[in-house]
Amino acid sequence: MVDFGFGLVPSSRINLDLFDKEKYEELAAMEPDVRICMACGSCTAVCTAGKFVPTSLREAIEAIKNANSEKALQMLESCQLCGKCSMVCPRGINTRHLILSITKVYSKK
Amino acid sequence: MKNNILIIGGGPAGLEASAQLQRMGYNVILIERSAKLGGHLAKWDRLFPDRVPADEVLGGLLRAAEGVKCFTDTDIRAINRLEKSYNVRLTNGITVLSDAVLVASGFDLFNAVRKEEYGYGIYNQVMTNADLEAYFKTGNDKRIENPKKIGFVHCVGSRDEKSGCRSCSKVCCATAVKQAIEIKQAFPQAEVFCFYMDLRLFGRHYEDLYLEAQKEYGVRFIRGRVAEVSENYDGTLLVKAEDTVASKPLKVTLDLLVLMSGMRPSASVKELGEHLGMMVEEDGYFSVRSGISAGQRSPQPGIFLAGAATGPKTLPETLADARAAAMEIERYLTEIFPDARNYKQLVKERW
Amino acid sequence: MIYEGKQKIWSEYQKEIPDDHYFYVRSCIRQSFFPASEATFLDITRNVLGKDIFETEHHTTCGGIAYHSDTIPQETVMTIIARQFALMAKHGYENYVCSCITSFGLYCETMETWREYPELEAKIRENLWKSCKLEFAKPKFLVHASDLIYKYRNLIAAQAVRKLVNVHTGEPLKVVEHIGCHYSKMFPSKGVGGAEYPYVLVGMIEAWGGEIVDYPERRHCCGFGFRQYFIKGNRGYSLSNTHKKFESMEPFKPDLIITNCPGCPYFLDRWQYVIAESTGKTYGQDGHGIPALTYEEVAGLVMGYDPWDLGLQTHQVGVEPLLDKMGVEYDPAKKYLGKDGKDLGSPQPCACLK
Repeated sequence: MVDFGFGLVPSSRINLDLFDKEKYEELAAMEPDVRICMACGSCTAVCTAGKFVPTSLREAIEAIKNANSEKALQMLESCQLCGKCSMVCPRGINTRHLILSITKVYSKK
Repeated sequence: MKNNILIIGGGPAGLEASAQLQRMGYNVILIERSAKLGGHLAKWDRLFPDRVPADEVLGGLLRAAEGVKCFTDTDIRAINRLEKSYNVRLTNGITVLSDAVLVASGFDLFNAVRKEEYGYGIYNQVMTNADLEAYFKTGNDKRIENPKKIGFVHCVGSRDEKSGCRSCSKVCCATAVKQAIEIKQAFPQAEVFCFYMDLRLFGRHYEDLYLEAQKEYGVRFIRGRVAEVSENYDGTLLVKAEDTVASKPLKVTLDLLVLMSGMRPSASVKELGEHLGMMVEEDGYFSVRSGISAGQRSPQPGIFLAGAATGPKTLPETLADARAAAMEIERYLTEIFPDARNYKQLVKERW
Repeated sequence: MIYEGKQKIWSEYQKEIPDDHYFYVRSCIRQSFFPASEATFLDITRNVLGKDIFETEHHTTCGGIAYHSDTIPQETVMTIIARQFALMAKHGYENYVCSCITSFGLYCETMETWREYPELEAKIRENLWKSCKLEFAKPKFLVHASDLIYKYRNLIAAQAVRKLVNVHTGEPLKVVEHIGCHYSKMFPSKGVGGAEYPYVLVGMIEAWGGEIVDYPERRHCCGFGFRQYFIKGNRGYSLSNTHKKFESMEPFKPDLIITNCPGCPYFLDRWQYVIAESTGKTYGQDGHGIPALTYEEVAGLVMGYDPWDLGLQTHQVGVEPLLDKMGVEYDPAKKYLGKDGKDLGSPQPCACLK
């Protein structure tokens, strides 16, 4: 193979055809309210860990729906389970339970 | 002697107003351009937010308007303004001397062919909200054959300078959520996506509809406007949008795409406006005497307006508008119109 | 696909293209990339169809490369363009045809800017007078050379010796059409067929017997934008754009790509080589590539010109499979011989691309 000094750039586009529906349904069975997140960002705004390290439940949910579960786990790595997000979620989602469910379902064993 | 009132337009606004005015004792003549009464309501299946059947509501309106002289397939040939009344010649040969005229000309749906990038009329699997509503009514559309992935595009022809309409059409977001639920009910295994710029779910029970769509039916709402639609080798659609929440372009393969065509001023506005000397605003809808306190009166004495002729409205708003117009007509015909001597003065003070 | 839907849109984007008497300006780079294309254009229009296509040796570049690379400001490029228009007026023409599509886009942009800002036009008049004592007149009609071939497509079809048909199977060739970005994306009304479903090349293919392939990434840029490839560090993006197009057209198994831009056929051709040699992937049958031709080369092929006189030997993707499909007679031995039979040397064979 020849090296021309430049090569193909990987696409950074989200491909929804790669969405893992089965895994998502597994998560939804554990915590049905994952479906009703409306991406308002209140959880991220008050996050304790989020002040220092990128941590966001909103982004984790979005990453799962966009077929990027590694990013989802990364976004929840530093979660302190402090519960501030549960306090502010306008849809009443049990966010701590959701975070624990996401890590349970999507972590590679 | 009973006053004659001409109502132009046999949709929900015209029907409701005619029922009220008849009840008040006036002699109502209703004309409708097309062959059937009911306007767009006659073409819908179920109404948001509670999904009541449209034909029940229409049936109620038609029953209440029984006894009103209705001429379908009829339009205006010519109108002359006399001192206070309007001499109207209809295309069916009848002439009416009308003391008040109510314009309830309604709206047209945006022609989605004009949004070329969505390929309506070019790609087989693209349809509009009107087509889908017809499918729900008849169960028949060759585009719909067990679709596995379905997308809804909000704001087609609305909030869009390029297609000539800056403003929001008010009802399409709620319609999209309703239709997303309905199609999920028809095809429970399908994945449904709604591509929106803003979700305008302002009315009573609308937020519950949104919650239901997400919770019970797993509809995925993606904030990002569909920009390009193409056809794959197997006939499925390749849809490109941006997930603006993730700040990344996105693509998805869909079996069916539904375009939410918005509301446009009725094509009859130009001709009617000329006949009656009525003014039209930049957005193409008729001007009213005052947007807040006199929304059913046109700037001209004796001409009233109701329904989508003055801008996008939901169905309950249209019906309320029609009842308000009936009341305004009654006030005009009892307080201003009868006083021939002081007519001009009264118009100046109270119109 | 509902063909009538496209026809409705095409009927809305009609462009007036005068029949004759044009002032022709060449492209900076087409003569290097595709040596015979412009010569074939002039041969077909002047000698075969008898049209008056005039060109003067005093015309220059339109300045597009420099303008799009941010090395000269808009006023300078407008003055250069004004000089071109002055030459056109001097020789008594009012119809302007240009060979390069970026030029076409730039000329349209300049004319539109002058229409909206007449004070800028006045300033450019002054600039031109001060710099070379010339006065210019805006062309009455501005078209691209592919618009002209589009206009003459039926005349060419009438004189054609062959069609875009596979002579062995009798099936029309599957042709991908690629329109240069600057043709209609900026000013859809200035392109035949508009921006979403351009018709200028589709019309040619239909007139010459081929079958159009509409694939998902049809509208996507091929990556020839100067900003995309001038610097080696960026070049990967340019390559990836073309790669995206090829991945998208692959399932449709096209026989040929026809383009109307200087750069597009160049990259659609050369990047196939880069992709093949760096990843091993080819898009034609049996390790061949998909030939990417200019519209003049395709016109020449249907009119019966010798492929080597059309400059097809300079394409990196071998055109022989296409020539065999079309039943074109050619002498493989003469491929790399000059006009007088001189041996020009032949390129090294590729490892992966046949």
